[in-house]
Amino acid sequence: MDAITAEGLVKIYKSRKNEVRALDGVDLTVPEGTVLGLLGPNGAGKTTAVRILATLLKPDSGRATIAGFDLARQPDDIRRVIGLSGQYAAVDENLTGSENLWLFGRLYQLSSAEATRRATELLEQFDLVDAADRVVKTYSGGMRRRLDLGSALIGRPRLLFLDEPTTGLDPRSRIGMWDVIRGLVAEGVTLLLTTQYLEEADELADRIVVIDHGKIIAGGTADELKSAVGGERIEVVAHDRDAIPRAKEILSRDCAGDVTVDEHTRRLTAPTSAGAGALVQVVRDFDEAGIRIDDIALRRPTLDDVFLALTGHAAEEETLTDEASTRSAA
Amino acid sequence: MTARTTSAPSGSVGSAVTDGILVGWRNLKRIPRIPELAIFAILQSIMFVLLFVFVFGGAINVPGDYTSFLMPGIFAQTIVFAAGTTAIGMTDDINKGIVDRFRSLPMSRSAVLTGRTFSDVIYNAGILVVLMLTGFVVGWRVDDIPSLIAGFALLLFFAYGMVWLGVWLGLNVPTVEVGQQVIFTVLFPITFISNVFVPLESLPEWLQPIAEWNPTSTLTAALREMWGNGAPPPTNSLASTEPALVTIVWVLVFIVVFGPLGVRRYRSMSR
Repeated sequence: MDAITAEGLVKIYKSRKNEVRALDGVDLTVPEGTVLGLLGPNGAGKTTAVRILATLLKPDSGRATIAGFDLARQPDDIRRVIGLSGQYAAVDENLTGSENLWLFGRLYQLSSAEATRRATELLEQFDLVDAADRVVKTYSGGMRRRLDLGSALIGRPRLLFLDEPTTGLDPRSRIGMWDVIRGLVAEGVTLLLTTQYLEEADELADRIVVIDHGKIIAGGTADELKSAVGGERIEVVAHDRDAIPRAKEILSRDCAGDVTVDEHTRRLTAPTSAGAGALVQVVRDFDEAGIRIDDIALRRPTLDDVFLALTGHAAEEETLTDEASTRSAA
Repeated sequence: MTARTTSAPSGSVGSAVTDGILVGWRNLKRIPRIPELAIFAILQSIMFVLLFVFVFGGAINVPGDYTSFLMPGIFAQTIVFAAGTTAIGMTDDINKGIVDRFRSLPMSRSAVLTGRTFSDVIYNAGILVVLMLTGFVVGWRVDDIPSLIAGFALLLFFAYGMVWLGVWLGLNVPTVEVGQQVIFTVLFPITFISNVFVPLESLPEWLQPIAEWNPTSTLTAALREMWGNGAPPPTNSLASTEPALVTIVWVLVFIVVFGPLGVRRYRSMSR
């Protein structure tokens, strides 16, 4: 069964000056027990999609079912089976960790005893026992984020929405968060995760949907997306700028497609279908021609390559302009 | 695994009351954690007392003692500013994502607003008690205990009306900073174009009817009359002869106007 189905979701934010189509006909399907990664730069429409699916925002058109319930007609039923953890930690910084969890548990309609029991469990699960009776404003960013995730889990939701769960976290907290999320998925929770980190979608998601300017521009597993962009590449960094033309010549002879050259970093990239064999050949030819190289590697395309190939721009490029429009729209 | 719901579903009256109490509990729990807010609310009122008793008081002619005349007005002014506290609390909860958290939970839709209004009335009751004790120290007296209780109840009822104004304001301003500016602009005239600090007769004639019907004035006049705190002789206007009644009508108007407006604005957050 599908935990989420959405068809033709449209959301338009109007302001006096212009009209922003935050979502422009988005279709999504998330089978139960799987992880969908919604990947896109800031302002792509990820948060709008999550807010709509989590009943916080009404779409201008389109329909969706969440856990079998109709989004337009049964929002109360949906709220009983979902958990939401937002971009900013939506916990009360003037309550303690355990007070936050107890409150949200009670408002999830658990009895007081059950809310207390569940709060204790979650504090243990997220390694917050020592901080349980401290007010949240004394917490670190990682602790807040874990508490926020714990709050989303208070009612044991079948379906979890995580909107940029690791944005702003340091690398160590990020990896810790990934472990926590993997643990939840192992328990069978269906997860819709938004992220602007390509690596994060690659690490956590079964399927990835790439979204840009409110439209879905690609979808599939990480591997499918990568192979859509092409196979492996050989990447060479020449030691001397003068050697670039000769290096380019060798690469076009040994590899299958066009060679791209970045003069500034002296990096040459060429697609190949021959794998390690081609790499050996290239090394040999460079040696013979007496071209000194700083680095050479055979690499699979990253999701950065995917994004570049699909949108014609890198994933982080639009951050500044689009963020401003999202803010004013919200 | 699905969570079992152990109490009333989110549509029921039982859940609306329980959830409202829970949200109110949360608001009250925060007060001692941010003591600056309550302390400065009290200090601001005490500052007004001191400023007007010692700086302007000598220049203002009132029947009887100026401190007695001033204190009911100070209580009324404090309660008008309750709208500001509520508005800022509301805006802050929206911007910090707490309201989104509440809206994603299977709880009563009305609880966020009812919880806010009830907890803010209780908060203002606390502020009033401290101010009344301060007033007692500087020489303010009332005729008897029943009239004190009646006046206190009228102040809290007034607070409930102001809190609904605050909810509506808080839902309509984008940030706490803008909220503070709006409150300053809206609430200061309401408290100053009144009988709080000066007798109405000292105002220009064209302004007197406005000031006389101002809810802050009718509340203040009602309190002065109840407590025997230098009430000026009534004029022939209803606001002056029946100030308590007019105040109650004012509060009902506030609730009937800003209650539905606030609820509608809250509902439209999903648009």
